[in-house]
Amino acid sequence: MDFQLDKEHEMARSLFKEFAEKEVKPHAIEVDETEVFPRETVNKMAKYGFLGIPIPKEYGGQGCDVLTYVMCVEELAKVCGTTAVIVSAHTSLCMDPILTFGTEEQKKKYLPDLASGKKLGAFGLTEPGAGTDAQGVQTKAVLSEDGKEWILNGSKCFITNGKEADVYIIIAYTDVVLDKKGRKQKKFSAFIVDKGLPGFTFGTKENKMGIRGSSTYELIFQDVHVPAENLLGQRGKGFPIAMHTLDGGRIGIAAQALGLAEGALGRTVDYVKERKQFGRAIAQFQNTQFQLANLKTETDAAKLLVYKAARAKEAAAANGYKTRFSEDAAEAKLFAAETAMDVTTKCVQLFGGYGYIREYEVERMMRDAKITEIYEGTSEVQRMVISGAMLK
Amino acid sequence: MALEDYKGVYIFAQQVDNKISPIALELLGKARDLADDLDDKTVTAILPGYQVGGLVDELAAYGADRVIVIDDPELKDYRTEPYAHAIASVINEYKPEILLIGATAIGRDLGPRVSARVHTGLTADCTKLDIGDFPLIAIPGQEQKHKQLLMTRPAFGGNTIATIACPDFRPQMATVRPGVMQKKDPDRSRKAEVINYNPGFVPNNCYTEIEKIVKEVSQVADIQAAKILVSGGRGVGSPENFKLLDDLADAIGGTVSCSRAVVDAGWKPKDLQVGQTGKTVRPHVYFAIGISGAIQHVAGMEESDIIIAINKDENAPIFDVADYGVVGDLNKIVPLLTKKIREAKAAKANA
Amino acid sequence: MKVVVCVKQVPDTKGGVKFKPDGTLDRSAMLAIMNPDDKAGLEAALRLKDEYGAEVSVVTMGLPKADAVLREAFAMGADKGYLVTDRVLGGADTWATSTTLAGALRNLDYDLIITGRQAIDGDTAQVGPQISEHLHIPVISYAEDIKVNPEEGTVEVKRQFEDRYHIVKAKMPCLITCLSELNEPRYMTPGGIFDAFQKDVTVWGRKDLKDVKDEDIGKVGSPTQIAKASDKVAKGKGEQVIPDSPEEAVDYIMGKLDEKHVI
Repeated sequence: MDFQLDKEHEMARSLFKEFAEKEVKPHAIEVDETEVFPRETVNKMAKYGFLGIPIPKEYGGQGCDVLTYVMCVEELAKVCGTTAVIVSAHTSLCMDPILTFGTEEQKKKYLPDLASGKKLGAFGLTEPGAGTDAQGVQTKAVLSEDGKEWILNGSKCFITNGKEADVYIIIAYTDVVLDKKGRKQKKFSAFIVDKGLPGFTFGTKENKMGIRGSSTYELIFQDVHVPAENLLGQRGKGFPIAMHTLDGGRIGIAAQALGLAEGALGRTVDYVKERKQFGRAIAQFQNTQFQLANLKTETDAAKLLVYKAARAKEAAAANGYKTRFSEDAAEAKLFAAETAMDVTTKCVQLFGGYGYIREYEVERMMRDAKITEIYEGTSEVQRMVISGAMLK
Repeated sequence: MALEDYKGVYIFAQQVDNKISPIALELLGKARDLADDLDDKTVTAILPGYQVGGLVDELAAYGADRVIVIDDPELKDYRTEPYAHAIASVINEYKPEILLIGATAIGRDLGPRVSARVHTGLTADCTKLDIGDFPLIAIPGQEQKHKQLLMTRPAFGGNTIATIACPDFRPQMATVRPGVMQKKDPDRSRKAEVINYNPGFVPNNCYTEIEKIVKEVSQVADIQAAKILVSGGRGVGSPENFKLLDDLADAIGGTVSCSRAVVDAGWKPKDLQVGQTGKTVRPHVYFAIGISGAIQHVAGMEESDIIIAINKDENAPIFDVADYGVVGDLNKIVPLLTKKIREAKAAKANA
Repeated sequence: MKVVVCVKQVPDTKGGVKFKPDGTLDRSAMLAIMNPDDKAGLEAALRLKDEYGAEVSVVTMGLPKADAVLREAFAMGADKGYLVTDRVLGGADTWATSTTLAGALRNLDYDLIITGRQAIDGDTAQVGPQISEHLHIPVISYAEDIKVNPEEGTVEVKRQFEDRYHIVKAKMPCLITCLSELNEPRYMTPGGIFDAFQKDVTVWGRKDLKDVKDEDIGKVGSPTQIAKASDKVAKGKGEQVIPDSPEEAVDYIMGKLDEKHVI
């Protein structure tokens, strides 16, 4: 194992860091406060290729590896959880499945605009009655008689980049089969759905605890005619596509969680050196010192898991996903998310009263951190994935 | 180069629109002091320009013994090449031992061009000039030269200070930061020897053309650009009471800024806030008036050159960073201070 | 059109200046960055590339690790990179540095040379104008706006002074020094970074400098010499007085203002 980053990755990190500090951080409080999607920041990220990092150059991407993408999400999350998840959902949940499962035509049609950030991507699996349990999915796609279109009906909820995206990967069931025990089983398919198709509308915007600037919406499909050529992968193979996509997405979220922990910790270290109580900086108290040591150790451990998962996905992609990276992704996300929650909560405590004040931003990081334990598979789901592989 | 052929202290007498720039008078003041420590005590001003003969008396009054006037239409407005030619020609003809140039937008362009042309060292942006030995302390095996120009300047954004010498080349050249050296009280009875000198100006490829000159006066109160900040905190008490600070700022030629508490209370706009969540400032003088000095505030102003704090709480943390801390009632001290400053300025103006 | 940009790798002073236990500057503890004014110069050159297809070359003089600023320049869009590095060049003052860079630049074709106004470690603003003198080309310092007229072979520059600006026209080839206020430099792109490390940097040593004498480079060739260097002492608690009356307080403050020549 190589624990030393090469010069390229070091320089990429310095780029992401500088961009985050200069372009993202100044807006973080406002984005959280007003819940306004940071469109200008997204446009700037698009200009510099941040929205196509792990996409090959032939499809208009930057041609970088998964680790570079992960570092981008991490650095953004250090200053703004919202901005980080926008990139993560766009990259992992929309572009990655097109790149992995799309036909050459689909890749050529969609990836250049997505990778250049001209268009933004989203992913819809979750429904009011189906989160962790995919069989609860009600959204249905029926092939028209002439075989030219799929008629899509149903709704998706809690969709990141919801109303702001232009291209959506939507999971719907297309068939119902009987399993060995004679029970009805839905078979799913994945579709690339363009914004603006008649019948495709948006429901309520969610008012969230954290990542408040990310546009989280309900998607509604009423007799939406999706061209047959927009079926992604094979009919009936939508579930593995969704699972693969979430595996990748978990690495992005793990990176977001890692960044939140690092961001909160960095601010706390600065703060405790300056804040004085009983005549000395609180950094001089052993409680502070020991707490910081624990938090740093946790965070560094999370970092190793996240980077390892990125490398595992990279390796798997290179061999056409013959090797698995699901457990690596699940471990990274489980540990990074719980670390983020722990670190941000304790950072707020170390800040004392100021930690509870919005201006000092650690409370926002704590609110942002919570979602990382929930979306793209709750921590409980990650435990199921990890133990499932162990006990197979 | 025979170093001993180079004699006397020279200054570049910068004029703009046929008005002597204040820096030229400051340089004369310093040149006078330096010349007194040298064998040749002549102070010479080099005055390039067009129809600038009328400025000679002012240079004399402020300490020039001799003025070399280079009067030519090519020198009407500052352009690098003809000015560099003028100064370099004077150096070759008159061989100054020391040449001081103001570290202005003109001087910092002219100085390096001239130093490269005549092959000598140039020390930029000096804040202190002395005559002394180099090396400062004799080193066995190395000749210690006496009566050298020792040029002191900050580097690294002011984090370090270096003293530089130019022992083997002449003239010893320095650009000097405006506002640091003191000009002498003028003596209108002084007369200077005037030398009219024209090396000839033949335009070449290095001559540029000035197509337009636009004069600008800034209106916006930019607390980051201000040299003096009069900053108020919650202790000022009310928005109306900020009038005391406005008056002080007006008297001393400063700008009003404030702490976060003042912005939160709605007394002043966010643009004027100093501190971690406001702006970081680094003025020459920072008055912290009625500001307790929370770390978040201090982080934004601790780099100020001089911090003067006025606060009634003698334990206020602002006193830990203040150069000069005064414990007392700002409502009494500030108006009186304003009055005294106005009196002092009026007295100077009449002098 | 060919544009050459001179850049310097400097320690980043933004995150605070670090000192060694002995009180001297700890350069290794500070991040090395591309000097901000130089970066604005590079951006100006890249805009000429965007607009006129200019070829942008970047020259830096420094230690071998200054290679990093050339990679950064590549990742921003520069075409060629030259690293001037040699033991004998060490300890150079601005005169010797400009002589060295001029020697390197004589090997290149250029219509325009752009440098930053000054480096944040030295703050001298001398090297740009000195290079122009060595190369016998016009210099326009403190550029706030640059317009090129390729047909005429001229540049038109907004040149800043304290209370005014000039619009100055010069024939190319010429040298421009620019302020970081000139523009907002673009960021690198992630893909550009990885490509940058695949590109070749031309490394030049003493022997590659054209028309430069041995006695004019490095410490030996530097007319200025350091007599003393010291670090500014960190600010601590100053004086604190508790005057008996407002008059006394004001007298105290007036005394200090006078002592420091504030009034």
